[in-house]
Amino acid sequence: MEVIKILGTDDTPNVIFDLENDVFEISGRSLPEDVTAFYEPLINWLDEYAEDPKDSTVFSFKLVYFNTASSKLILDILMKLEEIHEDGKEVLVKWYYPDDDEDMEEAGEEYADIVSVPFEQISYTLN
Amino acid sequence: MQNKSMNGFLQFVYDSYKSMKAREITLVYEGEINHQITKAFTSLAETNMAKDEEANSVQKKVFHVMVECLQNVSKHAEGLPIYDFEPNSRGIFMVSKNETYYTITTGNLIGNEKIEGLTKLLEQINELDKDGLSILYKTQIKQGRLSEKGGAGLGFIDIAKKTGNKIDFNFLPIEDDSHHFFILTANITRNI
Repeated sequence: MEVIKILGTDDTPNVIFDLENDVFEISGRSLPEDVTAFYEPLINWLDEYAEDPKDSTVFSFKLVYFNTASSKLILDILMKLEEIHEDGKEVLVKWYYPDDDEDMEEAGEEYADIVSVPFEQISYTLN
Repeated sequence: MQNKSMNGFLQFVYDSYKSMKAREITLVYEGEINHQITKAFTSLAETNMAKDEEANSVQKKVFHVMVECLQNVSKHAEGLPIYDFEPNSRGIFMVSKNETYYTITTGNLIGNEKIEGLTKLLEQINELDKDGLSILYKTQIKQGRLSEKGGAGLGFIDIAKKTGNKIDFNFLPIEDDSHHFFILTANITRNI
């Protein structure tokens, strides 16, 4: 599968979907002007990946900000991962949040409540 | 005559300046609200808050609320038929602050038929505590579909969750019988 590598801007996140190097990561800020246009290729990529996933997938979210329009699309990604997990493959979602950001921590907890997929919360210090 | 109207305008400028100062308004804008405007205002607010050494958590909350408020106007504001040459997504946007709060205010026209639904939703949100809001958020994000305009129906819930304060709202009658002016105010507590 093709590698997806999108460099983040002040309103769109950094994205790396790289099978060969085992990196699945979305980080930074997400408030794209057109959320659907931004996330659709990512969801499509995951659709294709879900047909023949690796035995183990670790997916990292390291967002510092996302708007409510993005939150729905992030859930769509998590539901894809849930699907892969339900098909018997190992999946781990790593939800990184800045240690002084309760709202981002809470957002992770809420997603963990909604989807049934192994979910790890990891705090880190923003420089 | 020329002079008189000029003086009237100058007086208006000074009065505006004075009333903005008195109400501690740091930003006011009337016009079309779009993505570029949203980016410009949030970036301006970030710079100002950083300069004022506002706590990180407060800065983030103000940013969140500004984005959701601006997107509400850009997605839901309506125009009047007599102004059909203007884009619909117009409104007024204000940021003010005092010792206790940052206050974000939006005002825009909406059709009368929207009032009942908005009132119900906002009253429901205002009655909920933190846990109740979290439950409502989870229900809505699961069930909700993205609208054509990219709205997830989560904006008000998110504002209430992030601020922990009640959302103030009013519908002012205007000359046009089919519309009201919808004013929404969100307060973010400082130094929490």
